[in-house]
Amino acid sequence: MKISKEVKIDLFTRMVRVRTFEDLTTVNFASGDMPGFLHLSQGEEAVAAGVCGGMRMEDAIYTTHRGHGCIIAKGADLNPMMAELFGRIDGCCKGRAGSMHFADVKTGCMGSNGIVGEGMRIALGTAFAQKYQKTDNVTAVFFGEGATGTGAFHESFNMAAVLKLPLIFVCSINLYAQMTPKSDHIAIENVADRAAGYGSPGFTIDGNDIEVVYETAQKAIKHCRAGKGPYLIEAKTYRHHGHFEGDPCNYRPDGELEQWKKKDPIDLYEKKLKKEGVLDAKGIKAIKDAATKAVEEAVDFARKSPQPDVGELYKEILA
Amino acid sequence: MAKAIKFQWAINHAIAEEMRRDPNVFIVGEDVGKPGGPFGVTRGIIDEFGAGRAVDTPISEGAIVGLCCGAAASGLRPVAEIMFMNFITLCVEEFYNQGSKMRWMFGGQVKQPFVVRAMTAGGFGAGPHHSSSLESWFACMPGMKVVMPSTPLTAKGLMKSAIRDDNPVLYIEPLSSYGLKQEIPEDEEVLTPIGKAEVAIEGSDVTIITVGRLRGEAEKACKTLAGDGMKPELIDLLTVNPLDMETIYASVKKTNRCVIMHEAKKIMGIGAEIAADLQETMFDWLDAPVARVAAPFTHIAFQPALEKEYFPNADKLVAKVKEIVG
Repeated sequence: MKISKEVKIDLFTRMVRVRTFEDLTTVNFASGDMPGFLHLSQGEEAVAAGVCGGMRMEDAIYTTHRGHGCIIAKGADLNPMMAELFGRIDGCCKGRAGSMHFADVKTGCMGSNGIVGEGMRIALGTAFAQKYQKTDNVTAVFFGEGATGTGAFHESFNMAAVLKLPLIFVCSINLYAQMTPKSDHIAIENVADRAAGYGSPGFTIDGNDIEVVYETAQKAIKHCRAGKGPYLIEAKTYRHHGHFEGDPCNYRPDGELEQWKKKDPIDLYEKKLKKEGVLDAKGIKAIKDAATKAVEEAVDFARKSPQPDVGELYKEILA
Repeated sequence: MAKAIKFQWAINHAIAEEMRRDPNVFIVGEDVGKPGGPFGVTRGIIDEFGAGRAVDTPISEGAIVGLCCGAAASGLRPVAEIMFMNFITLCVEEFYNQGSKMRWMFGGQVKQPFVVRAMTAGGFGAGPHHSSSLESWFACMPGMKVVMPSTPLTAKGLMKSAIRDDNPVLYIEPLSSYGLKQEIPEDEEVLTPIGKAEVAIEGSDVTIITVGRLRGEAEKACKTLAGDGMKPELIDLLTVNPLDMETIYASVKKTNRCVIMHEAKKIMGIGAEIAADLQETMFDWLDAPVARVAAPFTHIAFQPALEKEYFPNADKLVAKVKEIVG
């Protein structure tokens, strides 16, 4: 598949925006000004950008508690996202939801979820609506390998297959379900093999190679737009931070993180783009500086936004 | 013009009318489409509206209600079926953590206009996994509405209102009420308001509160009590979330006594909430303790004599009212 220069730069830009957002969030969280829990996605940017970067605004995504990357890559505005992390009224969810329950419906981000696997069951409904309304829009639902142990995975894949729903299942294999290594809770090597059990295509790919992710996602999107039913992408990657911010990561063997940092998806692509002459050092710096500026502005916006009034507890419970 | 219609057909007509009115309404669940529903409630829907709007699913209650949440957030109005209310345990997640919270949690970005019908089979000897009425679990969920039709008219009216409501509505359907027949107007929209209790019988000596399938037993009890010279006032809740406490307050101001009957367990049942609220809000108006006639703290047997002992009935209600009125 030939990827245009414009798309390559766009994919790189999306990954850099995600990394910059996650890194500045790390710093601000450490300062004690962000309430609640954070689950950050540094290291998994290629999965987020490779899938979401190739979707339409009208397509939908459902994400996990570790969902910032996908939502940023889908095109959500950074200001309300950051304000939401600070629990302020100008947050995308008016400060009520926080990191684990982000939604930005106007860009197709239909919700993050604090319940592992549950996004898959709800994503069925949006995919169903896309088909019912006779559009060729598609839905992608993101989850980690831990979620493949839930009944939600089986029920959702089976139902998507029998109802032929335009639903892309994107499984990030980051090797740990919270603290438990993959081999301790999954009976087989490749989750993608399960797709055959639902009569559907499933592929295992290098989740840190942005172009492979993009190309595979494009195949999945084309398959779903054609009404052929669900598609499973198993993307092998790694999270640089712990399960949550503050996680001492005692369950990771020494040296494993360093090994994976050598395969950092952004570093790898930067090298590739320079080698191909798509971007030079100046161009790369410009992209990184723009991302830093945007995220710093978002932090500024967030810190200036007021706390929600306690009356917010009682608004919009019912329609 | 009115026609005598059975309870289950009243529901069928309500669903069909709303599906004609709004192309976004569809039914979904196990056996609802081609088979017309395990008890025939959705018979004919697939013939009139097609398989795209009458969707048969695998046995996946969690995914069925999850699909409702996502479809509702994306502009559709699903009407799902859970064959027996006991099976709702498999989708409590989708009600509690998801559908009831999504609107508020996302700052108002989505609506959740879906209806889930759940059938209760108390009184059929169906046993511990098929006989429960679990309304109290959902009555304590903000963001949910819970309705309990008791007559063919309210079955039709509450279903139509539920489908038009922009919130998740749990519609509790008693199997043993399916045979009830009542005249329902044919040439006007039958819409029973959600959140409004019905004063079924006016009286002055005691407020009797009933809900769901036991309305028939409550009416029988009121007849017996009237024969003994009493004037009971009978309120049928119709909706248990939100509870229409205003109608109950107005009644207790008149009668100064209240007895609540429901088929679910006494402990932590909706009667417990009503009683707590009444003694808190209407203490000076009460001349006697607020009493409850409800199921004991044990399980439902399939064995007929044990099941009869378990569920409230007219005789148990009459005895309790006489105790309270003195």
